[in-house]
Amino acid sequence: MKIQAKSILASRIVKLVVEAPKIAAKAQPGHFVVVRVNERAERIPLTIADFDRAKGTVTLIIQEVGKSTALINQMEPGDSFLDILGPLGAPYPIEKVGTVVGVAGGLGAAPLYPKVKALYEAGNKVIVILGAQRKELLILMDELKAVSHELIIATDDGSYGIKGLVTEPLRQVLDREKVDEVIAIGPVPMMDACVKVTKERDLKTVVSLNAIMVDGTGMCGGCRVTVGGESKFCCVDGPSFDGLKVDFAELRRRQRYYKEQEQQAYHQCQCGTGGCQCHAK
Amino acid sequence: MSRQIVPKQDPKVRGKNFEEVALGYTEEQALAEASRCLNCKKPLCVQGCPVEVGIPEFIAKIKEGDFLGAAAKVKEKNSLPAICGRVCPQESQCESLCILGKKGEPVAIGALERFTADQEAAEAKGKPVQVKKVNCKAAVIGAGPAGLTCAADLALQGFEVTIFESLHEAGGVLQYGIPQFRLPKNIVNREVDYIKSLGVRIETSVLVGQTVTIQELREQGYDTFFIGTGAGLPYFLNIPGENLNGVYSANEFLTRVNLMKAYRFPEYDTPVRVGERVAVVGGGNVAMDAARTSLRLGAKEVYIVYRRSRDELPARHEEVENAEEEGIIFRLLNNPTRIIGNAQGEVATIECIRMELGEPDAGGRRKPVPVPGSEFQFKVDNVIVAIGQGPNPILLRNTPGLSLNKRGYIEADPETLETSIPGVFAGGDIVTGAATVIKAMGAGKIAARQMVEYCRKNKSAAG
Repeated sequence: MKIQAKSILASRIVKLVVEAPKIAAKAQPGHFVVVRVNERAERIPLTIADFDRAKGTVTLIIQEVGKSTALINQMEPGDSFLDILGPLGAPYPIEKVGTVVGVAGGLGAAPLYPKVKALYEAGNKVIVILGAQRKELLILMDELKAVSHELIIATDDGSYGIKGLVTEPLRQVLDREKVDEVIAIGPVPMMDACVKVTKERDLKTVVSLNAIMVDGTGMCGGCRVTVGGESKFCCVDGPSFDGLKVDFAELRRRQRYYKEQEQQAYHQCQCGTGGCQCHAK
Repeated sequence: MSRQIVPKQDPKVRGKNFEEVALGYTEEQALAEASRCLNCKKPLCVQGCPVEVGIPEFIAKIKEGDFLGAAAKVKEKNSLPAICGRVCPQESQCESLCILGKKGEPVAIGALERFTADQEAAEAKGKPVQVKKVNCKAAVIGAGPAGLTCAADLALQGFEVTIFESLHEAGGVLQYGIPQFRLPKNIVNREVDYIKSLGVRIETSVLVGQTVTIQELREQGYDTFFIGTGAGLPYFLNIPGENLNGVYSANEFLTRVNLMKAYRFPEYDTPVRVGERVAVVGGGNVAMDAARTSLRLGAKEVYIVYRRSRDELPARHEEVENAEEEGIIFRLLNNPTRIIGNAQGEVATIECIRMELGEPDAGGRRKPVPVPGSEFQFKVDNVIVAIGQGPNPILLRNTPGLSLNKRGYIEADPETLETSIPGVFAGGDIVTGAATVIKAMGAGKIAARQMVEYCRKNKSAAG
């Protein structure tokens, strides 16, 4: 559970390589872990962005969005998580299907990476579209390039690659190629927008959902999402789902339920307000 | 002499705190209550105890003033006495068979059990138990009441035992489910520590089926297994509006509050949201726990919405009484039909339909039937669904060869609790569906005995 290496990928986005031999031994693309930083911390689900069975490590990529992620990102090599549970969730089925387009928005590159890597190694033609608000927020560019036949980059402000949202290059790729499967992972509005494009073509599209969870093992039901009119648990039925059937509006609403509490906790933990825990160790 | 009454915190005060409600007997009370026991030659009470506690014997020790001796006597059969003394439904088990109950009130066996366990803890420790080691290695999956009991019994037989627990704390439902005010967590931890003192190793944050499989554990040298993973997936009502913000399963609500300590947010990081009015759907102990927890978190009006009548409430009588004293409002013979949200997608109103009791069903309970056109609505900010749970699929889908029954629970031999995989035993809610702590403990005990037998046969056969 000790952190072996830490690197800063972008503003507030950190990559941690963590010793977790049992989890690494069983990890597959699509899996996630639940971590706790200290006795008072939340249980936080994090996607396994990469794993090395020989070294017994898993790679986690965390964007600071609140207190819990801030506490994680303040950890340094040599520090340990209090606990890590995993690998959790259903693995992503890796098969040779033909041509796959992987679309990532922002931090979505982290869960997308192990899937496209495995699909690439399984002999698929892989096209990756990576998007972010601006150049500084693009992550895993080299890694994605190494496991794709083509990497297209889009930024909202045009500071790198195509100017605009990922949906435009997605549309173009679908116009020119015979695509068998799309994987779209990122913020809910981005996945929703990608699915609108693929739905027109009735094209298989898989999304990976980050609903609010507590235990991550199917016990609490807090992570329920509506897929095809049925309630599913993100932790045991997912986190990958048929994007054409997901109720994104509901997911987005459910993600906001604790917004006020999250802001309160985040504010109190900021340095300088007195409630800071980052220097308490 | 009449039965000694367990003192309780004043309902007006306790509705605002998470301290324990029932305060336990004083020494004088315990002595007085113990003196009521007739010490029957053929004690019926013991037949009502799923873990076979020597009830008249331990009560006799209390009469002599030998409280530690009484505690040791209980622990011969029951490794979790402070827990059982608090949460067992004694009124439908040991106490229901007490001969004094025929004409008056039965001996308060549960309260006396709690007294002995608390006395032992207060006077430091019981004697360390010495056991002769045997060359058998057992894996127990799940550190709830069934698993803890099974592990303790195996350790007492000299087994090398490891419990694998998926959560970060041992205790299962005792930890995440039953609230602090009914079962303080320091008591759970104390009993878990006792089980560790017997040599049981507990590995938390290991999800068997995902982190490691039973097959892999077998390859690592485990001879026999006990699956006590409990009932997992919470059931929902399948009515419109159930995914609105503010609808919780009782599991989620109680896990946030008990395991994650959300009642102390922001000192602890996990939040929970409780509005002014809360409707808890269901009539069992879990529903009572969720309702009383909501009250303590500041809700002004808390409703229990239950589709049958008062007589059918599955919760313990004592818990219903506690809830009523604290001001929980019972909306009986009501069944939710939909939940209506506000513009933000948060719960605003619940719609129910009135029910009446029809003919008795197969289980003998009168079946609730909706009264057509009787729908009505009332304002609520939260709905907590406490209508039970189904089997958790994780271990089951990752254990080839494990047979399940029609309801999806593990199929285990009713006598031996052995599953379709030789050497793998199962008990508690994952076999029976949601039941009680003590029934799960009883299953753990039976399984332990069978696992000892299994290893004796197979190990000696292997030479």
